[in-house]
Amino acid sequence: MADVVVEQGRPARAASPRKRASLRNAMGRKSTVAFFLTLPLILLIALLVLYPAFYSVYLATLNKAMTKFVGLTNFTFLFKRETFWMVVRQSCIFAITAVVFKALIGFIVAHFVHNIPGKKQRKWRGMLLVPWVIPPAMSTLAWLWLFDPSYSAFNYTLSFFGIGPIPWLGDTFWARFSVILVNVWYGAPFFLIMYLAALKSVPDQLYEAAAIDGANWWQKIWHITLPMMRNIIAITTLFSLIVTFANFDIVRILTSGGPLDRTHLFATWAFQVGIQSSDIPLGACVSLFMVPILAVAAVFILRDVNKRGNEA
Amino acid sequence: MAEVALRKVVKRYDDVEAVRGIDLDISDHEFIVLVGPSGCGKSTTLRMIAGLEDITDGDIMIGGDVVNDVPPKDRDIAMVFQNYALYPHMTVAENMSFGLRLKHYPKAEIKARVTEAARLLDITDLIDRKPKQLSGGQRQRVAMGRAIVRNPKVFLFDEPLSNLDAKLRVQMRIEIKKVHQKVRTTTVYVTHDQVEAMTLADRVVVMNKGRIEQIGTPNELYHKPATRFVAGFIGSPAMNFIPCRLEEVGGKLNIRLTDRISFPLPPARAARYSALPRSENLLLGIRPEHLTESHAHLEPGVETFDTVLDVTEPMGMETLVYFGLEGTPVCGRVDPNAGAKDGAPMRLAMDLNNMHLLNEATGVVL
Repeated sequence: MADVVVEQGRPARAASPRKRASLRNAMGRKSTVAFFLTLPLILLIALLVLYPAFYSVYLATLNKAMTKFVGLTNFTFLFKRETFWMVVRQSCIFAITAVVFKALIGFIVAHFVHNIPGKKQRKWRGMLLVPWVIPPAMSTLAWLWLFDPSYSAFNYTLSFFGIGPIPWLGDTFWARFSVILVNVWYGAPFFLIMYLAALKSVPDQLYEAAAIDGANWWQKIWHITLPMMRNIIAITTLFSLIVTFANFDIVRILTSGGPLDRTHLFATWAFQVGIQSSDIPLGACVSLFMVPILAVAAVFILRDVNKRGNEA
Repeated sequence: MAEVALRKVVKRYDDVEAVRGIDLDISDHEFIVLVGPSGCGKSTTLRMIAGLEDITDGDIMIGGDVVNDVPPKDRDIAMVFQNYALYPHMTVAENMSFGLRLKHYPKAEIKARVTEAARLLDITDLIDRKPKQLSGGQRQRVAMGRAIVRNPKVFLFDEPLSNLDAKLRVQMRIEIKKVHQKVRTTTVYVTHDQVEAMTLADRVVVMNKGRIEQIGTPNELYHKPATRFVAGFIGSPAMNFIPCRLEEVGGKLNIRLTDRISFPLPPARAARYSALPRSENLLLGIRPEHLTESHAHLEPGVETFDTVLDVTEPMGMETLVYFGLEGTPVCGRVDPNAGAKDGAPMRLAMDLNNMHLLNEATGVVL
């Protein structure tokens, strides 16, 4: 009652306590607190991701000398170039093949590691993670020596079987094979560790129930393991697809895109066009093409993740 | 449907012997409950019957065939797990039909069986839901449905009601009994809850430390326990064990509980215990319902004594009274109108016609 009297007495300031109350309410809301807690990250992303992204869109609309706005000319120019379509094809082949093999190897090895008892498992887990923890620029240099046509360990070993010498990085097929191989070697441990964590979260009793229901090992994998790991598989695949699609270091060190541009990916070709050939707007234009392709992949892969959620 | 037989079954994990050579015959259609405290080997025994654990020694037979090396899928059994183990990504119908689909049953038959089991368990409306959309009791029904549709030789239940609240547990207990009355499949049921064991079983197997203590009908176990463990495990509140010895008074056999309490034994009991050495350390086993308030007219064999109550627990239909006999805590059951009060003196009557006498050292009921 006293509050009402005071408010009536001072009608001009009546709105201010209400405003303060609503501000207090807003601050008290969980979503507001969450927003402020994530604000530093949002600012960082805006600074380091959004700004360069929009800047590259802006760059892509300039002429080679970066003096004139040319609209979509760079894009139409790219569409007419055969090399561009070859890079699109190669990037897709590289990313899909590498991700499929990484996922397969990761899945199989995760099963083996999962079945190793206790302490030994930790040792194996540590060892199998090594390729992933070595900086790829360094480990790829070692691979470069292994692929050397004259003096490499690979060709030397194969010579005992009367095979070779194989031009690992000089022939189109073998060069593509080599860059994919190194990428699989580097990326499979990531899948291994993610799948291992997913495997550990599948309750043993589901396998026991399936065993009693009459499932053999393959049916257990198909009907229990895979559906239970679906979300992890989807998210890991998407993540890896993005990283693999945008790969730069492995191709740059092993082949620099050769022979005859046959191993170029978007990133390496954008680098070559933009930096090495000094056509920054065209390079920016090339790199922008990754966005729609990956967006489509993301939509397809993550389509069911939200819906499925945690079914347990 | 089939008989199940265990012959000298042993299970050893490294140095620990979880099951120490048990023999058990379960006849066709029978509902057997394995009961005992945690770690007694009852779940291990069930899992060995299921084929989920290898057996270290002995033989397990289902339907007359030794199944020691037969994988679970070929044993023609169905199991209901403590936490249901429903496949979270499948609907209720898919969960129930999974086993049949793996065996490539015709679709029409699968549908018919699932529909029939769902009707039996009253889950027809839930058939298209996923497990996470079900309550605990509903999940339990689905787990049972998954077992029923398979029409197996043997049902195995591993503490299926432990995750349910007390009220639902009573309800599901009755459901399980009803289902068994309808399908009559040989059932092995594991629980640590003696009430579940008593209410469900045709025969109860009481296990302790990897061994079978006693096998019998619920009534046999309750009224004629073989060991102190069984006597103490079956019944709630548990049987009282009071140190005592036998003595001869005027040519009659008496049982002495304390310096001031000594009762003449009823003739039948006196004859049974007359050959026992008088010096032996014995325990009187008496259930709380045989320690009641004293009446004016007492039956033969019912003896009275005075005591001071420590604590009383009114339960509504009865009042539990706790008191001490030379340091031994004792529980009795009296009429709620008998006037039992905390700290008050009371005259109680002990029905010696229902007493048990145990060897204190060996724990064997004499």
